[in-house]
Amino acid sequence: MLAVVGTIPVEGFPLVAGRAQIKGDDLMIEKHAVPINRGTPALIASAIRTGQSRALQDPFCYLVGDIGRGTGSRHLYEYLTQDLARHDFDTVTFHYLQPDIEWQSRVMSAIKKLDPAPVLIADAGFMYGAKMAGLSENFALFTPDLGELAFLADEEAPHPFYTRGFILHEENHVPDLISHAYEHHNAARHLLVKGSQDYIANREGVLSVVDAPVEEAMEAIGGTGDTLTGIVSALISAGMEVSKAARIAAKVNRVAGSYAKPTPATQVMEIIRHIPEALEICMRKT
Amino acid sequence: MSLLGFLKKNRQELEQREDMGRGFLVFENTSEVIQAERILKTGGFSIRVMGPPPEIRKGCDLVIEFPLIEELDVLRHLEQDGLKPLEMVPVTGPLLKPINLFYRKDYGRYLMIRAANMKLTIDKETAIIVNVSGGGCPDVPYLAWQLIGKSLYEAPAPKEIGHTLCGYALQLAYEEMRK
Repeated sequence: MLAVVGTIPVEGFPLVAGRAQIKGDDLMIEKHAVPINRGTPALIASAIRTGQSRALQDPFCYLVGDIGRGTGSRHLYEYLTQDLARHDFDTVTFHYLQPDIEWQSRVMSAIKKLDPAPVLIADAGFMYGAKMAGLSENFALFTPDLGELAFLADEEAPHPFYTRGFILHEENHVPDLISHAYEHHNAARHLLVKGSQDYIANREGVLSVVDAPVEEAMEAIGGTGDTLTGIVSALISAGMEVSKAARIAAKVNRVAGSYAKPTPATQVMEIIRHIPEALEICMRKT
Repeated sequence: MSLLGFLKKNRQELEQREDMGRGFLVFENTSEVIQAERILKTGGFSIRVMGPPPEIRKGCDLVIEFPLIEELDVLRHLEQDGLKPLEMVPVTGPLLKPINLFYRKDYGRYLMIRAANMKLTIDKETAIIVNVSGGGCPDVPYLAWQLIGKSLYEAPAPKEIGHTLCGYALQLAYEEMRK
């Protein structure tokens, strides 16, 4: 079963752990209704929509309120160190959490005791912290955008805000940035770099590039990276090999986006609705 | 390598990694450092006063080490008491500067501005904020929730309600957009 760990942008939202379901435009977890507009709820909703097409169980979710103070994230980290061993997750995806080197290292110590070991995926704040803590190589997949890739590639950068050479975030530098990230042990075993072209890579280099269909408006829409991470998480949990799952997820995310006929004002829920049909088309072609 | 050497190397690497999440606040004089220390300790921040590294040539002979990710929150606490640091820099790279380049994408009716890893998009006809994207800190979804659907001139500034470096980057995009 897939587990997703992340936050809800509501201060005081309690720590909840359980299966999530979609009801209308909301995510339901332990009697709490959460709008699926962006962030971890968008990731979870995308994983659910993908999983339903692959006959997967709905994901198990660890969620807590955090609006950037970090208190909720630290509470959740502490809970994870105790609770992960009580379950049998095949895949765990970490998302919008406050980067915290000490707590993330403790969570990783708890994960290393799990047998069998789950496949680990990280995006957003947890990916930042994993790089800072030197934990990247424990992960099967990171899903950075171009700016975050530059941060992974820069061994001195403590956050994408301080990345050297941000000016170089042009597509033609992607293979170099990937190479730098691996050279300094700051990349997961696979990378899915999202942008106007999506790159799937590992230590050997770029494995594949997904660049169609193109919807220029997708760059402006908050949550399109979250949907991608949700789709790839569900595919990996369904047993698909990581690089193949990344390639298909990149395609599905683009096709779902295209079906939504997006403008820069489109909200991500409109894209999530189209994931099942996009997945069906992409799997048929594979 | 001997076992002692191996352990020492591991310890050094761990300390370097721990430093990566920390920043320095540089002030004009020691009295400001003392005042800032009191404000931030009262605010519950994990800080310590120490001597500056050689790369920092501005300010006095004391700096405050703080959690870098909370830069925006720290700055707001200090500004409420009228304090403004000369510089806020990462411990692992005091010479690193925040990204200050802006990228604009004009979609016709909509305009997107990216600052560092954060993007803000408005409807040019109404000045309504229609999307916030990028970033990975947990205040990003919160900021998006608070800003989307509001006019650029009525929405709260990200620096007023954000807490992290991603919030700081969004503030830069917001300021650039208001220009």
